[in-house]
Amino acid sequence: MAAPLQRRALWAEGLLLIAICAFCIFPFYWMVTTSLKTQVVALQDPPAWIFTPTLANYWEVLFEDRVGVSLINSIIVAVCTTALAVILGTPAAYALARFEFRGKQDLWFWFITNRFVSPVVLAFPVFLISRELGLRDTHLALILMYLTFTLPIVIWICTDQFRSIPRELDEAAVLEGASKWRIFRSICLPLAMPGVAVSSILSFIFSWNELLFAYILAPKAAKTAPAMAITFMEGYDVPYGKIMATSTLIVIPVLIFALIASKHLVRGLTMGAVK
Amino acid sequence: MIAHVRRKTIFAFLGPAVAALLLVGIAPLLYAVWKSLHDFNLTKQAQTKFVGLENYWTVLTDPTFWQAMGRTATLFLISVPIQLALGLLIAIVLHRPGLTLFKTLTRLSLVLPMATTYAVVGLLAQVMLNQKYGVVNQMLGWIGIDPINFIGDPTNAFIAVIIWDIWQWTPFVALVLLAGLSTVPPEIEEAAQLETKSQWLVFRFVQLPFLIPSLVAVLILRTADTLKLFDMPFTMTRGGPGSATEFIAVLIERVGNRQFDIGLASAQAIIMLAITIFLARLYIRFFYREVN
Repeated sequence: MAAPLQRRALWAEGLLLIAICAFCIFPFYWMVTTSLKTQVVALQDPPAWIFTPTLANYWEVLFEDRVGVSLINSIIVAVCTTALAVILGTPAAYALARFEFRGKQDLWFWFITNRFVSPVVLAFPVFLISRELGLRDTHLALILMYLTFTLPIVIWICTDQFRSIPRELDEAAVLEGASKWRIFRSICLPLAMPGVAVSSILSFIFSWNELLFAYILAPKAAKTAPAMAITFMEGYDVPYGKIMATSTLIVIPVLIFALIASKHLVRGLTMGAVK
Repeated sequence: MIAHVRRKTIFAFLGPAVAALLLVGIAPLLYAVWKSLHDFNLTKQAQTKFVGLENYWTVLTDPTFWQAMGRTATLFLISVPIQLALGLLIAIVLHRPGLTLFKTLTRLSLVLPMATTYAVVGLLAQVMLNQKYGVVNQMLGWIGIDPINFIGDPTNAFIAVIIWDIWQWTPFVALVLLAGLSTVPPEIEEAAQLETKSQWLVFRFVQLPFLIPSLVAVLILRTADTLKLFDMPFTMTRGGPGSATEFIAVLIERVGNRQFDIGLASAQAIIMLAITIFLARLYIRFFYREVN
């Protein structure tokens, strides 16, 4: 009696899991297949499930529509802001993990609060300032603005990581006469590399995905890929295949990184509310 | 011994990060506060003048602002309970032993929606929800439902935003709650399972207490992210049709970027920030009490 019931429950569970996977993955399937359709096939009514795939859309967006350039812009911005966040953030994280000083709690709060500030609050003042300074439409403006979310992530995750390194190592090094900087650089930082890697991947993903700053601050030369993708929606004849080809090109790198860091993505999105 | 660190050393470690965040986070904010006290329109810069708190008064008495806030709250109140219910169900299923390979695969596919570029989600929504060529309407046709004009109709467009919000963030809620479930000590869970056959009792009295922190985290993070929500509705509908999907961040973007009224947009942004900070403080009080 119990066995068939249990087997049925197992089947139900299996089906539910398949349904969840299908729900998550189907939009990506549709995105990729649409990107392989010509405009005529994409505008078939009812939508075509079986068709002859073509790579023409990819060819066109990459070489004729400047999507290739915008992808390079995205890479430059995401890599630079991540590197900068790691350079600035790891010493700060080490200090938060190891040193005692007044106002530490408040500083900590302030770093974390940045998670909550909407980019739309900063976008206009930064637009005006960057125009004054001649930084409008440059990679630098975006690289600096993305620090508002990449730096807190690096600081949060690396502080956690530094705390998990035994203090005895630091103490032994002090007895050897090593300076604070030397201890950080040569002993703790190498041991904290897993945290640095995770926070770098998360910074990269979040910078890569950002739209609002990019849309307002970088209209032409420094335009990033998401901002480029939405320009296809303007005009009368919406090129579905091209839009989906661009979307696929944008999404593939983040999905790969997200799968690599899948265990930590939730931690990054919650800024550590959940381990 | 370690505790004795010279002030100069602390400054050297923390200074650069603090300076950077002051430069990109606080300086623009102060500039926004300054601009919010002015009648400042990009197209009429010559007529810029100091108006004190007038912009704030305009915003606080402006029905457009409160309608956008209301829409944002409505979105939150509809989509977050659904995300919580579905997310809890998924988390509980994934937490149960058995079918390990299946569950690992499910967990991996759950990661995909929340990592997806938000702007791309809006584009995908456009393509999949199209009245004539959209696959969603085709599927609805299979079960006998007539094609729905998702993007062109105010109510349907709002529903479409809710659906995609659920698609993108239910996995997030599920994984946060799953992490919460894994904090329940296995001995206690097993002991409870021996005591009673009722899954509900196990959930209510054993698992739920351990889930409270995750639930509060989800609620407050979803609140902050709903207030920030811009990319997806913007790429899908540009806030339309009419102002049906003009959530608060989309409204501020329109006033500042498409009406060039930066003074007013700044005032709106500052008021929204005040609301956000209030909620962030609440959050921090719950979770970041102790450092070390």
